This record gives sequence, structure tokens and C-alpha cells, in this order.
Amino acid sequence: MIIVAKAHVYGDNIDTDRIIPGKYTKTLDISQLAQHVMEDLDPEFLQKFSPGEILVAGKNFGCGSSREQAPLALKAAGVSCIIAKFFARIFFRNAINLGLPVLEAPEHDIQHGDRLSVDIENGIVKNLTTGKVYACTRLNGVMKHILAEGGLVNYLKKYGDFVTD
Amino acid sequence: MASAGYTIAEKIISRHTNRIVRAGELCVVKVDGCMATDTTAPMAIKAFREMGGLKVFDPARFHLIIDHAAPAPNEKVANLHQMMRNFAKEQGCNLFDIGSGICHQVMVDHQKVKPGDLFIGADSHTPTYGALNTFACGVGSTDLAAVMLTGKIWLKVPQSIKVILNGKLSPYVSGKDLALLLCKKLTTGGATYMAVEYHGSAVASLTLSQRMALCNMSAELGAKTGIVSPEGLVLPYDYTPIFPDSNANYVQTIELDVCGLKPQLAAPDSPDNVYDVRKFEGTPVTYAFIGSCTNSRLDDLQTAAKILKGKHIATGVRLVVAPASRKVFLEALADGTIQTLIEAGATVINSGCGPCVGTHEGVPGDDEIVISTANRNFKGRMGNPRAKIFLASPATVALSALYGKITSPENESV
Repeated sequence: MIIVAKAHVYGDNIDTDRIIPGKYTKTLDISQLAQHVMEDLDPEFLQKFSPGEILVAGKNFGCGSSREQAPLALKAAGVSCIIAKFFARIFFRNAINLGLPVLEAPEHDIQHGDRLSVDIENGIVKNLTTGKVYACTRLNGVMKHILAEGGLVNYLKKYGDFVTD
Repeated sequence: MASAGYTIAEKIISRHTNRIVRAGELCVVKVDGCMATDTTAPMAIKAFREMGGLKVFDPARFHLIIDHAAPAPNEKVANLHQMMRNFAKEQGCNLFDIGSGICHQVMVDHQKVKPGDLFIGADSHTPTYGALNTFACGVGSTDLAAVMLTGKIWLKVPQSIKVILNGKLSPYVSGKDLALLLCKKLTTGGATYMAVEYHGSAVASLTLSQRMALCNMSAELGAKTGIVSPEGLVLPYDYTPIFPDSNANYVQTIELDVCGLKPQLAAPDSPDNVYDVRKFEGTPVTYAFIGSCTNSRLDDLQTAAKILKGKHIATGVRLVVAPASRKVFLEALADGTIQTLIEAGATVINSGCGPCVGTHEGVPGDDEIVISTANRNFKGRMGNPRAKIFLASPATVALSALYGKITSPENESV
């Protein structure tokens, strides 16, 4: 899968409380989550962001709580994939489990508004604005299969158990 | 490399899969137990059903705890709680309803997690159980649903960081101060994907409660788990301790002499923004909170009571106290700790996460300065992005409530 879209860039250590405050997490209504996504970090996020665009961050994106509502809210708001220098581990697993592509590009220098071309399978991000190419950490076996199935629910629906190579 | 020994994480994971594994390997492991809370269980139950799940792998090993917004503050949350109660009834699994306490304390109180176990919790502070010499790891709802279905989880065996803390701690310097010191040294995210192994004479001298406070904040380091060496660990039952091999491989070793360490605090808005409490002495506070899975056990409450006995918190300060669990609450009632705290002006609320997670039971107002024994002070954490949160030990929080300003307990007589 190749995603070509505009980048929205945020900084380091963006925690799950800023992605979706705890007070909004007690719901199974996905549209409710999407309404409040990133509001304590950037109250205008939803006005600026168009579905299909790419979220880019610095180090340790998604640190803090285990709330899966964080990647779910971003997915529901139309985030097509997230690129960060590195992710907090629970957020990373949660995103993959929801079928939301996440790529680690430790050396990226993407600027707000840059247009990117993201090759999810091969872990390559091209910055179409500057011409730079960033190598990303590639997904390992199990994660790759989970993402290919669109998430862990579909994966287990299909296989019934973890399939080890 | 082949001759090198094993870390505690490698040893525990190897015992839960069908081979001996090393850091970096991917494996599918059997879990000894798992749990979810009212923040994570509803989504997990939904995902479990969507996966085609009918029965959880073993109802005796799956626990549901209603602690994050308990009792329910509104009808939406009330209905999610009902969903959990109905699921527990249907599956015959353990339900710890409102007032039972904070999930992590409940699991330890009820001996649902023991040394050497591999435990998965749908809560980021699950590494708290590392205090029991356990490999315990936090996950989100869908991962937990997969565990409910299969009794298994896939893991990458983590590299380990060895932390050695030596020296005798000063009075009123606790496991929390050590945890904050490590947040400063390693920074948030500094141990991402890794296991933190805690060793040294200062660690060996800690009670289980203080070990839990220390290990709890492994989550703030980004670690997959924290595991405390069993040296000096006293439990009310027999267990087989798991030590690392002397020639185990560590990605990093941090050795610190904590003799003479002063009380620590984390200033807004990050748990690694850590200084000696003294640096902020005199900063006015209007709201003090003693609670959360980091610091609300019996010894934490007793420390606060000792500082507040026969005195009263400053005018204009609210002190909210949430005991870690029903067991802790009852013990603190029986020994007079609760009475002392209430006489000193504290508002004691039910056992649970309380205001730590910003849902209810004490959201701060605009521009308020809060001092709290919890583990996170991110902007908005307690429900209001315009409040500022300092994190510190129970002794520091109690003393700050007493004077209405941040105060270090370093000069207090014991």
C-alpha cells in the first residue's frame, strides 16, 4: 500500500492524554472519540486535518496510558498513517492491532505541509516536497500479518490463533 | 554470546514458551493471568466478540476490575460497567466491582499474580507487579481480547537495563523518590521496548509496597516491564525467586549511590522534569492528592498520617485521599490512620483510581497548582489542561498540604 498525502507535524513526547483526554475515553462510540482528538494539544486539529492525511511526530509518540482510544480516535478522524522518530510501545501495538499503519523513521526532518509518499510494506517514506527519502524500521513477521489483515480482530477471525512461522 | 547468561526477563519468558529465548527474539507466550479495567475492558469485550470469541480461555485467569471511573459518574459509564458485570456473569470470571480498589493493588491483594508469573494487563501500569519478581506487561484492549481468546500473546523478548541503587535511604525518602530519580536519569521513553531490572542494597531494603511504587513508574520510562530482584522480598507465601545470571547481557547498566538522596518531585508537565523538592519550596498549592497505583498503600497513608497527626491542613487547601484497595482501606481504618487524616482535614474517597485519571472525584480548577502522589502530570491528566501538577512522595504531599506550599520533608523529625 502506498499513501500519498500531506504531513501534519507535531513534536516529541505527545502523550495519550493529549491525543484523547481520559474524560472522553469512556465510550464505545468512535465518532465521539474523533470529535475530541488532539484537542488539548491543538484545538484546531480537526479543522486543519483532512481525512487521508498523514500525522508526523518526533520521539516517543503516544506515551502514557494503554488506552486504545488514542489510535482509534486518530483513525476515526481519518489519519491514514503515523510516522514518528519512535513510538511508545503500547501505542505502537494498539495502532497495528487496529490496522492503523505506523512507521518509525528515526532520522526524519519532515516539515509541516510537506507532501509524502509512504510505502507501508517496504518501510520507505519519500518526501515529495524536498526529494529526501527516509528509511524506516520494518515491521516484523507477526505485526506485518496483523496489519495486512487490517488488524488483530480480522487476523484472529481468520486464523483463530497466533500463527508462528 | 552463546555462553552468556540470562536476564530475569529472558528467564521468565523462556518458561512460558516452548524454547529458551534471548532478547530480540519474537515469541508467542502463554500467560498466567490477565486483567482489564473499565477504561479498557469494554473495548476488549467488543473486540473479543468480533474475533468470534465465545468463552474466555480460562475464567479463573481473567479478571475484570471497575476502578477508573467508579462509582459511575454518569449514565454512559454506568452502562459500560453493566456490560462488564454481564460479561463476568456470563463467563464466570472474577469481577472486582466498585470499591474493590485499584486494579494493580487488587491483583496483588488477592494473590492473582505471583513471582515468576507472566501477566498481561490492559493498563499501562501493569509493570507494577514486577515488584513481585514477575514479568508483567501493559497492553491495549485488542491485545487483551486476543489473550482472553487464546491465553497467549506475542512478544519481542526485551533487552534489559540493569539499575543498581545502593546506599541507605534518608528518612522520608521512599520508593517514589527513587522512581522519580530514575525518570530524571533515563527520561520518559528512555527505556522504550526494554525491561528495567532493579537491584542494589537500597532496593533490597524496600518493602513490597515501596517496590511497587518504584516498579510502577517503569511505565513512565516507556519500559515493557520493570522487574525487581527478589533479594529481600518477603511475601506471605513460599515462592521460588528468579535472579539473573551473573553473566547476563544488559544493554545498559546504571549504578547510583542513593545515600543522602533528597526528596524528589516532578514539575509540570512531564514525569521526567525532576528536581529536588527543595528547588520548588514555597510554591503555593491548593490541591493535594494522595492516591493512585503508585502511592496509596497502607504505609503511604501511615506516612501522611504521621506528618498530619494532631495538626490541620492549611486554609484554602483540599487534601483528597483514595486508599489503594478495600483491604488497605480497612487496615487504615483499623489502625486509626483514616481517622487521623480526616481530623487533619482530608477528604477520604472510595478505593479506586480517583482523580488521577481526570474523570471525576476531584478535577482541579483553572490555574490551580496540584501536588499529587500519582505517576503522570501530563497537561490535562487530571481533567483540566489549565491546571499544573507536581508529582512527589506521600511525605512531601502531606507536608505540602499542611503548609499550603511545596515543602520538603527532609528536615522533618521521624
